[in-house]
Amino acid sequence: MLRINNLHASVEDKEILKGLSLEIKPGEVHAIMGPNGAGKSTLGNVLSGRDGYEVSSGTVEFKGANLFDLAVEERAREGVFLAFQYPVEIPGVSNMEFLKVSVDTVRKHKGLPALSSVEFMKLARTTSQKVKLDQAFLKRGVNEGFSGGEKKRNEILQMMLLEPSLCILDETDSGLDIDALQTVADGVNAMRNKDRSFIVVTHYQRLLDYIVPDYVHVLADGKIVKSGDKSLAKELEAKGYGWLEGGVA
Amino acid sequence: MSEQVEHLISKEYAAGFHTAIESETLPPGLNEDVVRFISAKKDEPEWMLDWRLQAFRAWQEMESPDWAKVKYPPVDFQSISYYSAPKSMDERPQSLDEVDPELLATYEKLGIPLHEQAVLAGVAMDVVFDSVSVVTTFREKLLEAGVIFCSISEAIEKYPELIKKYLGSVVPQKDNYFAALNSAVFSDGSFVFIPKGVRCPMELSTYFRINEQNTGQFERTLIVAEEGSHVSYLEGCTAPMRDENQLHAAVVELVACDNAEIKYSTVQNWYPGDAEGKGGIYNFVTKRGVCHESAKISWTQVETGSAITWKYPSCILRGDNSVGEFYSVALTNNLQQADTGTKMIHIGKNTRSTIIAKGISAGRSDSSYRGLVRMNPGADGARNFTQCDSLLIGDRCGAHTFPYIESKNPSAVIEHEATTSKVSDDQMFLCAQRGLDPEKAVSMIVNGFCREVFKELPMEFAVEAGKLLEVSLEGSVG
Repeated sequence: MLRINNLHASVEDKEILKGLSLEIKPGEVHAIMGPNGAGKSTLGNVLSGRDGYEVSSGTVEFKGANLFDLAVEERAREGVFLAFQYPVEIPGVSNMEFLKVSVDTVRKHKGLPALSSVEFMKLARTTSQKVKLDQAFLKRGVNEGFSGGEKKRNEILQMMLLEPSLCILDETDSGLDIDALQTVADGVNAMRNKDRSFIVVTHYQRLLDYIVPDYVHVLADGKIVKSGDKSLAKELEAKGYGWLEGGVA
Repeated sequence: MSEQVEHLISKEYAAGFHTAIESETLPPGLNEDVVRFISAKKDEPEWMLDWRLQAFRAWQEMESPDWAKVKYPPVDFQSISYYSAPKSMDERPQSLDEVDPELLATYEKLGIPLHEQAVLAGVAMDVVFDSVSVVTTFREKLLEAGVIFCSISEAIEKYPELIKKYLGSVVPQKDNYFAALNSAVFSDGSFVFIPKGVRCPMELSTYFRINEQNTGQFERTLIVAEEGSHVSYLEGCTAPMRDENQLHAAVVELVACDNAEIKYSTVQNWYPGDAEGKGGIYNFVTKRGVCHESAKISWTQVETGSAITWKYPSCILRGDNSVGEFYSVALTNNLQQADTGTKMIHIGKNTRSTIIAKGISAGRSDSSYRGLVRMNPGADGARNFTQCDSLLIGDRCGAHTFPYIESKNPSAVIEHEATTSKVSDDQMFLCAQRGLDPEKAVSMIVNGFCREVFKELPMEFAVEAGKLLEVSLEGSVG
């Protein structure tokens, strides 16, 4: 699915990723943990192609092709999905309209027939129920006046509708109460299958009680300094990051 | 009289202009004889000619206004031709194959059906097309309701008393430079009269007034809604309109009698010129309505065309409890300049006005909102709410707001809100991350920004307006 090899990337001439390597196979869930400023969010932004992130060296192969050859929207259509840490508002554009255009675009790219408005509205309604987002939010402007939790549910709603092949969750758990966390996790778990991969970026072990990862990686100072299975997350919860950084960096 | 004038004119022009007269097109230039010629061509009564001449004499004493934030080389009014007969079938394109492919491509993007494309592009057609029968039924229905909807030339002939009473009653001949020019040389336009208590059974659209040609340059519109009547009028269309005349100076007058309501919606899409700003239309428009007691006038405009737009649809809230509304979207791209807004003049007690103006600037364009809210001494309890929002796309365009507020009544309440924002990188990234290409993303964000205004437009107009913004913004991102 994804093969990252010795990736170096910088923001405003400051190197953030310093030789990151990671391989993700179809169907796997990888959790990325690490201290503040380690480059966790940068990874998601570089993979999705956000402006302002310069890749100086290294390669990323996505489904066997060079990811960096693709523009942001092309990556999205190919199945790279980023669930934002801070979803932005688009005033006046109804959520339903935004979702429809987005789903239409991606389906067209995949060669799937377009959904009629009625079909789409049905799908959007049943999916919003799954993420426990009231239907009223479909009519409101994109994220306009949504609470933190509602914004995150909306991100998962988008993910479920777009059915991407690589889902990157950038601290989706931050600012969520237990109920919302459970809902988000349920959404992710329902989408897990043998073809779809996940990168779950988080500060807290708590999320990983709900979304059980296949692998846990510790990202520190722009590199993966330790990898393990889900027990590593527990260990980190108990010991913090200090013991790792000292030993490796 | 008209015969005399005819004779006089042919004599006058015999020396230099005889060929022109044969081809029914006046050579460039403006003087009293030209005004007489136009009036004679239309077989107008003497009072109409006098009215035009008064306007012309006033215009000669006036100066072109220079206070708007638009820049253009001075217009040489002597280099313009003020009358040309409709093009004959032979002169017009014989089929769509002869029409500018670029124009057709735009029609295609807007989803305009083929036969309408032909009408818009001015293709000669002998065969009666669908909409003629539509127009006929349309007229019959109106007649049944007692509504008059015809060209202003026809109205001058058939309803002289109404024209004498109302023409110039809201925008006097000497109102301003361009209104005076229009009053002197107006080519044609629409007249609408809704009798007392009648609710016009359908939306009136200039699109249905297809029997008129060449009304564009100096168009004159007069709408009178008698007591308790109601009408919704649509002007223009979303299809890009080309016109050989660079200068346009229209006048629109609305009269809403007691308890009447007039809703006037415009989509203006005159040719804006090429990317370098060459060849675009100058659009200097005077639009004003007067509201009597408890009457309401609502202006909604979507302005995307023209190289220069100078336009301030206004309401004079004369009667107590009358209501004025102005909803506007003005989009400028490339080198377009727009100075547009409204005037709300509160005279009556408890008069209310709402102004929602959305300006979008892209490319190297400049967009200004200019609005006046005046509370006269007698306007007890009057209220105004104004909201001006500007959206910038890119970093080479400009947005300006010039609100003028004059309150002479301590009980009047005026609220003004203004914002300026940019299409943010974060919004663009969100859209791209969900698969949208940049142009779709911008048009969606811009449409969202305009939503409050679009919802005031009649349904099918609103959909078209959305598409129109998309087409107008092409090339603004990249």
